[in-house]
Amino acid sequence: MKYEEAVAKYDPALGIEVHVELGTATKMFDAAPNTFGGGANENTTPSSLGLPGALPVVNRTAVEYAIRIGLALGCEIAQECRFARKNYFYPDLAKNFQTSQADEPIAFDGRIDVELEDGTIVPVEIERAHMEEDAGKNTHVGGTSGRIHGADHSLVDYNRAGVPLVEIVTHPILGVGDRAPEVAAAYVRTLRDIFRALDVSEARMEQGNVRADINVSLRPDADAPLGTRTETKNVNSFRSIERAVRYEIARQADILDAGGSVLQETRHFHEADGSTSSGRPKSDADDYRYFPEPDLVPVAPSREWVEEIRAGLPELPAARRRRLLGEWGISDLEMRDIINAGLLDPVEATVVAGATPDAARKWWMGEIARLAKQQDVDAAGLTTPESVAELQKLIDDGKLNDKLARKVLAGVLEGRGTPAQVMEADGLQIVEDTGALEAAVDDAIAQNPDVVEKIKGGKMQAIGALMGPIMKATRGQADAGKARELIMARING
Amino acid sequence: MGMADTAAITAGQVEHLAELARIAMTSEELEKTAGDLDRILASVARVAEVATDDVPATSHPMPLKNVLRDDVVGTPLTAEQALSGAPASEDGKFLVPQILGED
Amino acid sequence: MTEDLTRLTAAQLAAGLRAGDYSATDVTRSHLDRIDATDAALGSFLTVTPDTALATAAEVDRKRAAGEALHPYAGVPVSVKDVVVTAGIRTTAGSKMLEDWVPPYDATVYTKIKDAGLPVLGKTNLDEFAMGSTTEHSAFGPTHNPWDTTTVPGGSSGGAAASAAAFQAPLAVGTDTGGSIRQPAAFTGTVGVKPTYGSVSRYGVVAMASSLDQVGPMGRTVADAAALHQLLAGHDAQDSTSLTDPVPDLLAAVEAGVRDGSLKGKRLGTVRQLSADDYAADVRDAFHAALALAESAGAQIVEVDMPSLAYALDAYYLIMPSEASSNLARYDGMRFGLRVEPETGPVTAETVMSATRAAGFGSEVKRRILLGTYALSAGYYDAYYGSAQKVRTLVQRDFAAAFEQVDVLVTPTAPTTALPFGSEDASDPMALYLGDAATIPANLAGIPAMSLPAGLANGMPVGFQLLAPAREDARLYEVGSAIEALVTDAAGTPVWAGVPTEYAAAGSPTTTSA
Repeated sequence: MKYEEAVAKYDPALGIEVHVELGTATKMFDAAPNTFGGGANENTTPSSLGLPGALPVVNRTAVEYAIRIGLALGCEIAQECRFARKNYFYPDLAKNFQTSQADEPIAFDGRIDVELEDGTIVPVEIERAHMEEDAGKNTHVGGTSGRIHGADHSLVDYNRAGVPLVEIVTHPILGVGDRAPEVAAAYVRTLRDIFRALDVSEARMEQGNVRADINVSLRPDADAPLGTRTETKNVNSFRSIERAVRYEIARQADILDAGGSVLQETRHFHEADGSTSSGRPKSDADDYRYFPEPDLVPVAPSREWVEEIRAGLPELPAARRRRLLGEWGISDLEMRDIINAGLLDPVEATVVAGATPDAARKWWMGEIARLAKQQDVDAAGLTTPESVAELQKLIDDGKLNDKLARKVLAGVLEGRGTPAQVMEADGLQIVEDTGALEAAVDDAIAQNPDVVEKIKGGKMQAIGALMGPIMKATRGQADAGKARELIMARING
Repeated sequence: MGMADTAAITAGQVEHLAELARIAMTSEELEKTAGDLDRILASVARVAEVATDDVPATSHPMPLKNVLRDDVVGTPLTAEQALSGAPASEDGKFLVPQILGED
Repeated sequence: MTEDLTRLTAAQLAAGLRAGDYSATDVTRSHLDRIDATDAALGSFLTVTPDTALATAAEVDRKRAAGEALHPYAGVPVSVKDVVVTAGIRTTAGSKMLEDWVPPYDATVYTKIKDAGLPVLGKTNLDEFAMGSTTEHSAFGPTHNPWDTTTVPGGSSGGAAASAAAFQAPLAVGTDTGGSIRQPAAFTGTVGVKPTYGSVSRYGVVAMASSLDQVGPMGRTVADAAALHQLLAGHDAQDSTSLTDPVPDLLAAVEAGVRDGSLKGKRLGTVRQLSADDYAADVRDAFHAALALAESAGAQIVEVDMPSLAYALDAYYLIMPSEASSNLARYDGMRFGLRVEPETGPVTAETVMSATRAAGFGSEVKRRILLGTYALSAGYYDAYYGSAQKVRTLVQRDFAAAFEQVDVLVTPTAPTTALPFGSEDASDPMALYLGDAATIPANLAGIPAMSLPAGLANGMPVGFQLLAPAREDARLYEVGSAIEALVTDAAGTPVWAGVPTEYAAAGSPTTTSA
């Protein structure tokens, strides 16, 4: 069934679990470094390796980050909460249990507004945010078939084992209809932006800092009980989230239409064709035997600490958008364009560095975005807000025109120095020698009497025909405004 | 909270437990263990008699709270130390048999 | 050398070392020789570490000669139960699973022992993963009780207890989850203490049941146990359950206890629920004889009622296996220790884990893991594990009420003296667990408890257990040293001095390593 047909026929419900790796210096329960990269198995201690006798101790900063996240999501912070062991065997899970939180999450009952590209606001209820640890990484190594030697095997690196995670679980997201895929992606993007604003994580999707598990179910209409859900695990980009939700809605609709029932299971998303495939069925076999972690004691964040953290929260993305809209006097649509391009940070920083909002927006959304696209890189990382502000100032001071400024920018991007340095080095500054300019103007007027007549007759746009020769004569460095003044002075004079 | 199920433990149930606990067991072992667990559970199920709703649970003998560690990096094991007890390793990683269900 | 240094107590050795009567090397060599001569018959040790022990001794001797500051017990040797993780020295936990595991790190208690300059003679035998009360469940053969080598030394710290009783080591480090220090102390005529939960670090101690496990001292005298306890105790930031309290002066408590009249007015509580028919007559008699000595020295004997103790054993046999089932999940053949491939079928991580755990764990360990897996399962959690945690609350309340009435509680440590090998009725696991009824409540409540010899019954030692409120470990040493003195005076000789010193060879595998 086509997606459009499926959402016309069924009411989709979403449930999203987002894991974010916290950017602490050390792991959740031990002092091993929490760093990306480095040699395999170089960031472990007996604790993160699950060696006999090793014990966990909770990282205070990880708790603080979890509280920060909870507060930013409008959650209540638990008076007291405990860790629990989630027991299951898997080679990347060093202790064969994951230390997590079961029925006592550190944060619960929150809500955030998710803004879609067209400005629609969708409120999402947060059930809980809890602390847990990440697992190691398996690399599958193929081998020739055979029972023992050279057989398929895996290599495990426990550097990631024990990295602090916060898992954020939504209540079912209902009533979003055909916009479910968009809502899912926008929700995760909203969280990503919040994590970055809170400075609790680099929150890079492509590095797996933020991972989403997407639950999708269908029901005939909004009054019917929720249908059986599937959980598509570890979807790692916004586009993939949209595709996975679309695919699941269409797939489940097909099953329901054929009179079948959806199997409750985890599914894997495939980047190549946007499909999902069956993982393992959720069944009684998933008996995690949760119980309170006896090697850890309860965490009871004092209200003073919670309020101190609340007071130190930075401005969150939604509030910031509202503020900047007011300060910059731009339209909702323009703001959304900037945000969707991922350029709010550099534009704001450029304004802070002295450029007008219009100029800052024009540079980033125009020339810089164009060059970034050309080079297939992230526009925000192409140059610095300070350079852009400086470039604009050179224009405002009459030292560069737009065309020259673009040349200067190219030089800056090549790493040849600041805009002023590039301008100097390349001799791109607007000619301020009025003698040369006057000569060029006189020359142009003398050589184009017909054009002069047209101007005299009131056809002001004919001035353009004189600008070409003037620019040519000054190698493009003439200040167009000044040239125009001179022309009019001569003709009218 | 209900009373514990006092029905006899079957070898089939033990088989399920053994799967959860990742212990391969012969059918004789399953039978024998079923009998053992049955006898033990018949006795220990008595705890439910006094565990009324008004009694709070104690998971830690000493009531400590907020034992938190500063986020300061300590000395990790070297990769060599980490792998020193590994039954098999390759390229600085632990070599484990093929994991079913892995992509 | 004329004097047999192995017959001296740790306190005497420490004094002699400080006085320069002999060197740490002399003391260490004497004990290593004694181990050499007797351990084939006793099987106290799984690994003897002469090189490390002598190196430590030599270092202590060098420092003493140079006039450097030393721990008062520097140079007094110690044996360490083989659940304490020791870098570079294999640590087996009595299991095939860890037969060849040489850890890359040290337990905190081992670091403390090394830092204090106590030569570690070796790693002592135990029931596999400390699960058992006889040391018969060691994967490497049993330990024999030096009082009668046809009997068990108790367990799980059977090797530790035997090493202290048989003069192989003046001090021994044990662990106690439900009586694993106190019951073997009772069976071998030695002193063993389970400290207040959290007062000794568990970091680097192979875990059985995290909320019950505690490391503790063993020795032939109360004073020696106090000295080792004092060394082992103290806050450890690597153990979240570690108490921050300062370590009490336990040696001062011992001194206070042996002063005349120290028992005067002390209220000793017997427990109605732990004094009935469950105890063999000879054990009861020896216990009451010791109690009578205390009473004649001015102690007041009060009987207290602790109704929840009737459920303590049941709660313990839910909590302990539940925690153990999770703690022992890490033994899967992936990162360390034994790896076994299945004989038939596909070789996958899952089948290798199952085959490894089938081959590496003994039957008692498997039984407890499966019991714990069951108790934690969805649908049973509330009735079993949840209820057991509530019983734990009731047990704590009963102790709190009892300690309102008395200073310490007293019970026989175990219902019998040491039993012959093979006495366990394999068909009735619960009967086997009943032997722990008097020791388990202290672990559930987290309170400190001591077993010291009450005397002999039919030539075998009987244990006398003292229990004190949490953090009042010193009280055990004060009352314990007083009772020890009374029992010694009454018999004319310490109980431990009566142990046979020559043993018929029984043949037991001991490895010697670095």
